[in-house]
Amino acid sequence: MRFTKTVLLIVLALLTSACDNNPYPASFSDKNIRLSAFSSRLKYLDPARSYSSDEYQFIRQIYEPPLQYHYLKRPYTLIPSSATEVPKPQYFDANGNALPENAPVEKIDHSLYEISIKRGVKYQPHPCFARNDQGQFIYHNLSEQELSTLHELSDFEKTGSRELVANDFVYQIKRLAHPRINSPIYGLMSEYIVGLRELNERLQKVNDEQKPDYLDLENYPLTGVEVVDDYTYRVKIKGKYPQFLYWLAMPFFAPIPPEVDRFYSQKGLIKRNISLNWYPVGTGPYMLTMNNPNYRIILEKNPNFHGEVYPLEGAAGDKELGLLVDAGKPVPFIDSAIYTLEKETIPYWNKFLQGYYDASGISSDNFDQAVAISADGNATLTDDMRDKGIRLITSVRPTIFYFGFNMMLDQVVGGTAESARLLRQAISIAMDMEEFISIFLNERGLPAQSPLPQGIFGHREEDKGINPYVYDWVNGKAKRKPIETARRLLAQAGYPNGRNEKTGEPLVLYLDITGGGADDKSRFDWYRKQFAKLDIQLIVRATDYSRFREKIQKGNFQIFLWGWHADYPDPENFFFLLYGPHSKVKNSGENAANYQNDKFDALFEQMKNMDNGEARLKIIDEMIEILRYDAPWMWGFHPLDFSLYHDWEQNVKPHPIANNGLKYLRIDAKTREEYREKHNQPVLWPLGLILILIIVVIVLAVRLYQQREHRKLEVLTQNN
Amino acid sequence: MFNYILRRLAYALPILLGVNIITFALFFVVITPNDMARLHLGDKHITQEQIQQWKHERGYDKPLFINKDSQGFDMVKETIFYQKSISLFFLDFGTSDADRRDINYDISQRMWPSLAIAVPTFIVGLLVNITMAMLLVFFRGTHIDTLGVVLTVILMSISSLFYIIAGQFLMSKLWHLAPISGYELGFDAWRFLILPVVIGVISGMGAGTRWYRSIFLEEINRDYVRTARAKGVPELKVLFKHVLQNAMIPILTGVVVVIPALFMGNLIMETLFLGSVLYIIGLIITDISYTWVDPRVRLS
Repeated sequence: MRFTKTVLLIVLALLTSACDNNPYPASFSDKNIRLSAFSSRLKYLDPARSYSSDEYQFIRQIYEPPLQYHYLKRPYTLIPSSATEVPKPQYFDANGNALPENAPVEKIDHSLYEISIKRGVKYQPHPCFARNDQGQFIYHNLSEQELSTLHELSDFEKTGSRELVANDFVYQIKRLAHPRINSPIYGLMSEYIVGLRELNERLQKVNDEQKPDYLDLENYPLTGVEVVDDYTYRVKIKGKYPQFLYWLAMPFFAPIPPEVDRFYSQKGLIKRNISLNWYPVGTGPYMLTMNNPNYRIILEKNPNFHGEVYPLEGAAGDKELGLLVDAGKPVPFIDSAIYTLEKETIPYWNKFLQGYYDASGISSDNFDQAVAISADGNATLTDDMRDKGIRLITSVRPTIFYFGFNMMLDQVVGGTAESARLLRQAISIAMDMEEFISIFLNERGLPAQSPLPQGIFGHREEDKGINPYVYDWVNGKAKRKPIETARRLLAQAGYPNGRNEKTGEPLVLYLDITGGGADDKSRFDWYRKQFAKLDIQLIVRATDYSRFREKIQKGNFQIFLWGWHADYPDPENFFFLLYGPHSKVKNSGENAANYQNDKFDALFEQMKNMDNGEARLKIIDEMIEILRYDAPWMWGFHPLDFSLYHDWEQNVKPHPIANNGLKYLRIDAKTREEYREKHNQPVLWPLGLILILIIVVIVLAVRLYQQREHRKLEVLTQNN
Repeated sequence: MFNYILRRLAYALPILLGVNIITFALFFVVITPNDMARLHLGDKHITQEQIQQWKHERGYDKPLFINKDSQGFDMVKETIFYQKSISLFFLDFGTSDADRRDINYDISQRMWPSLAIAVPTFIVGLLVNITMAMLLVFFRGTHIDTLGVVLTVILMSISSLFYIIAGQFLMSKLWHLAPISGYELGFDAWRFLILPVVIGVISGMGAGTRWYRSIFLEEINRDYVRTARAKGVPELKVLFKHVLQNAMIPILTGVVVVIPALFMGNLIMETLFLGSVLYIIGLIITDISYTWVDPRVRLS
């Protein structure tokens, strides 16, 4: 009896505690914690290897490269992070003589960046720094017995720290050439950083011949990078490469102390998957304290963070939006950020509405519930969202999706012939990107007028920004030219009504594209419909990404669809996609259309080394005009990010390049609790109805059983 | 029995070898080492030299099956097939190509959440399906039986996706009985298991109940049932004791084979080699379980 009572009490207690949809422990309530989600396992948290936005949202809070972007200013502006100031390059000729700042590019043999770092910056507490009383590292030679109790980084009893020194930056640059790390920017950087290629070759040789457990990079000098003193280092760059400053704002150039590599190279730790790819070590405002891909990723305030303040100034309109309320206050504001595994959009969305996530994107399933598009195409929140105090913030991604023509190997759409150029112009007009954005992107995109998206220097707005070969400026708006214009161009190109005027053959074009599943069918049909407007027959050749890439590499295509996300906010990072010497077929570069225009190339070479200003803008205008006239791409679209935020999350200003904004965000946990209380009231009557139905069925069944037993008894009685 | 198990395991070896070769061949036709390198290194700024280095570091620059540059056994050993496949027979899955993580260690750490959902769903689902089927058989020929059959057919006809969405809507959004998704470490995990287990049980109830009902209906007309009834054994006891025990062989045939797969979840089942291993283990356990429920069955 006592046992039954105990069991009943336990069940009752469990049920009572279960009657709640809060996915977090009670201890999280009212805490200064930011609640968010992640959708897949993070592969690389090593700053020399990581190169995806999923990973950057974490490591950008942990590592501090020399530079960072101003959180509020637009256009994007570089400011110091772990460096004391943004370095100014010095230029030298082949004899080592210093050249003035405005020296002609052809005279510059190399550039020198001297970077001074802040003093007193300390690393987060980490076992790799832990030392015993004799000053020896405790965990650098772990025995099997010691390893037996270690499964996660938190299992290490002791931690330590040390001051950041210039050698840590130099060590990380050497890691870019490490043959086992396979840094994605090694190829690019080896063209600029003096000695990086030679270092890689040497390391590769040692690695192949000796196969050491640990390759101590301290023993292998990198000629182009030197430590001046504990707080200064120099990087020697071949020629002039102003964009190097942008790279200095990326985690690839964040400091990594040699102790970290020494610690993580232990075989026992590798076997237990304790590595730099799993547990990063940095000097930033946050440190990663949990990385469980089944469960949660947790960032907590780094107790050793050197301190920083919220920006004192912002862009126009920021003050009115309340983005300068915290100006000058020390950051970070939030104690920890908890990211929960959330693979599906429906639970994510519901948890956001229930107040269990602070922010959310908008999937196509929830779009209509969240956003209303007005007649003039503007996106606004629905009344329901507004009533909940939710805010919508949109931002243009520094990305372009474009349709490229094969300019080198295709005789119909490619090359410099006038007929091909007119054909490309005609197709560009026919391909109605406004309709595409409306149908397939829920208005989350802007038709591209050139390769440059908003926020990138050289992008122009309104009538100055339209592509005059595709659009007209009518009543203050860009209006796509009528299809008749395209048909006329097509006729001039030698294809009246979509037929070759010489042979009478119908014009058939081929679009190479990735995908091909059932979901893609409507999109492919739409592409065909656009070409059909000109009576051109389009054949869509869909394939998997590997085959697609192979076709592009070999130049085995006519038209293709691809995209590009900027590494840094400079027009060079878009224009180089059309720079002749970067031809994919000829030189395995990033110019997939294999476009070649001598004038454009010359302007590109001039523009890429210039500082932003009127002179550079003039050249950019000229380059854009050449591209619009030649039309090697149909300009596609720039995607727009729509994000929703609850009103308890403050200081939100998306920065698609920087991704290090967590330190500036502020949470009002009390408001969050109140919201949860208000919006999580259960509706229990349907549950009662179901229970009643079940009880009715049981009662009927019991009565039926009793009747049957009664009948049996009657039969037995009669027989007796 | 020991000899029988050994023999079955020996039979499995050529099957696994065949599966391994076919999987390997298909895999390398679809995704070549170059593709793998590009997949892992990304699209931006990658040079052919980096691709070669990536392949070299992971042994993907070796020939596929025969290394003509080597001598003796090394001709076989110094190939991608040998290096990547042979260790599978010792259930050593090596390290991930992406970030060099030890796959065995990852499986040992990450299988527990899958198991925490799969085992209760399996056990509760089995009990519920058998009980429901028994009750339908008990009330056979009545309106309750008809209602039950209609209900099971409806349950069978609904997409499993619908159960998930409806379950999340009702239990988390409307009634607030459980979190809509997530997981918690330790004992608190049970709050997060309720929803997937309930959905798993209900979504499998239609097919399961129908299947067991047909098994029990076949048994109910046997002579031993008639004899038991003639002796005055109560109907419930006839069903839950005698019929259930005699229906165990067909039940076990369908049930035991899936038990090993519970440890890994569906994702691992999709990797052909491990899927084949688990399937063979499941079949062997099924054969062994026959001897436990039916003394007439002997393994020889």
